[in-house]
Amino acid sequence: MADYRAMWKDLGMNLEAHDMLLDFLGKYYADTFLTQNERPEGMDYFNFVMSEVHGLRIKELMDQKAVGRKVIGAYCVFVPEELVLAVDATLVGLCAGADYALDQVEQYLPRNTCALIKSAFGFKLGGVCPYLEATDLVVGENTCDGKKKAFESLGGLIDNLYVMDLPQVKSEQGRALLKAEYIRFKEQIEELTGVTITAEKLKESIAVVNAKRGALHRLAKLRGADPAPISGLDALLANQIAFFDDPVRFTASVNTICDELEKRVADKVGVFPQGTPRILISGCPMAVPNWKLPAIIESCGGVIVGEESCIGERGCRNLVSTAAESVDELIDGIVDRYFKVDCAVFTPNRERVEHIEEMFQGSNADGVIHYGLQFCQPYLMEAMDVEKKLEDSDIPVLRVETDYGQEDVGQLKTRVEAFVEQLRP
Amino acid sequence: MRFAGIDIGSRSIELVVIEDGEPVEVRETPTGHDPMVGARELLDGVSFERIMATGYGRDLFEIEFDAADTVTEIKAYARGAVALHPATNVILDIGGQDTKVIALTDKGRVKKFEMNDRCAAGTGKFLEMMGRALGYELQEFGEQALRGSNEIVINSMCAVFAESEVTSLIAKGIDRRDIALGLHLSVVKRALSMINRIAASGALLFAGGVAHNRCVRHLLGEHLQVPVHVPDQPQHVGAYGAALLAGE
Repeated sequence: MADYRAMWKDLGMNLEAHDMLLDFLGKYYADTFLTQNERPEGMDYFNFVMSEVHGLRIKELMDQKAVGRKVIGAYCVFVPEELVLAVDATLVGLCAGADYALDQVEQYLPRNTCALIKSAFGFKLGGVCPYLEATDLVVGENTCDGKKKAFESLGGLIDNLYVMDLPQVKSEQGRALLKAEYIRFKEQIEELTGVTITAEKLKESIAVVNAKRGALHRLAKLRGADPAPISGLDALLANQIAFFDDPVRFTASVNTICDELEKRVADKVGVFPQGTPRILISGCPMAVPNWKLPAIIESCGGVIVGEESCIGERGCRNLVSTAAESVDELIDGIVDRYFKVDCAVFTPNRERVEHIEEMFQGSNADGVIHYGLQFCQPYLMEAMDVEKKLEDSDIPVLRVETDYGQEDVGQLKTRVEAFVEQLRP
Repeated sequence: MRFAGIDIGSRSIELVVIEDGEPVEVRETPTGHDPMVGARELLDGVSFERIMATGYGRDLFEIEFDAADTVTEIKAYARGAVALHPATNVILDIGGQDTKVIALTDKGRVKKFEMNDRCAAGTGKFLEMMGRALGYELQEFGEQALRGSNEIVINSMCAVFAESEVTSLIAKGIDRRDIALGLHLSVVKRALSMINRIAASGALLFAGGVAHNRCVRHLLGEHLQVPVHVPDQPQHVGAYGAALLAGE
C-alpha cells in the first residue's frame, strides 16, 4: 500500500489511532474473508477495494476534490444518489460498524444508544474516518429518534451538517414531504456545487444508479441457487462496498462477478455443499466492519442467501423511472422509488413482512434470522410482529439482538448453530 | 457398542457412556478454569466407539480431541429428554449460566427455542450468588426458601443489582427465608416468561442443575399447571442426549 500518511494528516486525522484501526481491520478482514473456501475470483476486486478502503479510494476523492468535485456523505439509504451525481458530486456512506472511542462517545450520547449511532460518533471523535473528514456536506436524516437527536449533537462536532426531514407515514402528505425535502436537498447541493440539475443530467445519473442497483439485484438473484455460488459474507461485502466505491466501476465489478457466478450455477459449483441450510438475514443494516453475525452463521454450518436490510435488498429494491422529460417529473420518479423503502421508522410498515416472505421464497431460504441492534427500537419492536407473521407462514425464525461487542459471541454461536440444526432435514 | 456424550458447561462437566441406549458409566466434575483438564480426567480409563461433545466448551473439546463431533446443547437436550420421557413437549433447562426453553414437535424434534442472551440473570449462577449473599449453602438454599411464607418481590434480574436489593431487604429485618423465596420466584418468573414467549405448552421436562432445587420445582409446578417431570439426574440430560446422538 502506498503511503497515505500525509493525506490523512492533511485531513486532520489521528494518525496513531488510525494506524491501529487499520491494523485491526486488516487482520479481521483476513481472518473473516480470506480464510473462506472456493471464493469466486471476482472477489479479488473487492479484496483490493477493502485493502485500499482508507487509502486509494480516499486519494481518488481528494484528487477529484482538487479539481472541484464535491463529496457528500450520508448515513441513510433515503439520501438519493441520483441527485448527488446530477450535480457532479460523489456520495459516500458514512455508517460505521465498529465500536470506537466509546468513552468519548458517552460524553455525547447515553449508553443505551444503538451501536450504529455510537460508532458514527466514535469515528468522528477518534479522528479515524477519512470519508467523514473528506466530505463537503454531511447529510443527516430524521429517521429514528436516536438518529434525529444524535444529529443535533453531531451538529456541534462538524460544521457541514445538513439535516433532511423524512416522513414516517406512507400517506399523500408523507409523499409530499419527501418530495419537498428532495427539492430542498437539490437546491442545497446545487448551491454547494454551482451546478444546476438539468433533465438530461438527471436522466444520466438515474441510469448510473439504476445500473448499480440492477447489478446488485443480479447478484442477489444468483444466490437463489443451491449450492450457493457465493458466500453471504462476500455478497454482504459487495453490498457494503456499494456505499463508497465509484458507482460505475463498482457496477462493472459486480457484473463481472455475476458472470462468473452464472457459470458456477450452471456447473453446480458452490461455496458450501448442496443442501447447506440457507438463511435469510432480516433487520438492521450491517456496515463495514460489522461482519459478526454473518461470520458466526457461516461458521456454524449455514449459508446466508440474502439480506433484507438497508445494506442489501432494502437499499436496492426498485429502480427509478427514466420515462419522463422534465426535472420535476424525474424527481417524482425518484420520490416514487424512495417512498417505497420499507424502513421500520414507518408506521404502519406492513409491506416489510411481505418483502421478507418474497425474499424467503426467491432465495430458496430455509429460515430467517432477524437481526436487531440492541436499543434500535423500531426494528426490535417490529421483530416481534415479523416473527409471529413469518411463523404463521411456517417460516422458522430466530430473533437475535446484539451489538458490535464480542462478549456474546459464544451464546450467539450456540443459538445460531441450534437454529441451523433445526433447519436440517 | 458404546457411545459417549460429554456436556462441558460453565459450572460442571458431565460424561455419560451408553451401551444399547442405556447409561453404563456416568461421571461429573466441576469445570474449573481449564475445562480440558476436567474433561481429560473424566475420560480417563473410559472406552467408547464415538464421542459427541456439547455445551459451551464443545468446540474447544473438538480441537483437543480429534475424534469428537459436536452438537449444541439445544439438540442434545432435546434428544436426551425425549429418550428419558417420551411424552415431553417442552424442555426447561436451567444451568450454570444459561436458561433454555425448547419446544418440541410431535416427533421430538426442536420446533423453537429461547435462550437468555448475554447475561446470566435467572440462571443457576444467579441463585448461587444470591444464596451466598444470604449466607446459605447451595444445597440448603432451596430448602430454606420453601420455608419462606411471605413472597417478597425481587425486582432486579441482574445479579449485581439483586444483591444490593437483597442487602437492603436484610437491613429492613426481613426474614431471609422470605427473601430466599422471593429470589426463587424471580427465577421461576423469568423461566415462565421464556416459556410463554415461544408459546410452549404441554408436558414439561425440567433439566439442568437447578432442577435439583426443590423450591424452583415447586414454584414451577404451581405456576405452570402442567405436569413437570424431573429426571433422576437432571444435569445429565445433555450428556446423555449427546451420547445417543453419537450413536446415531
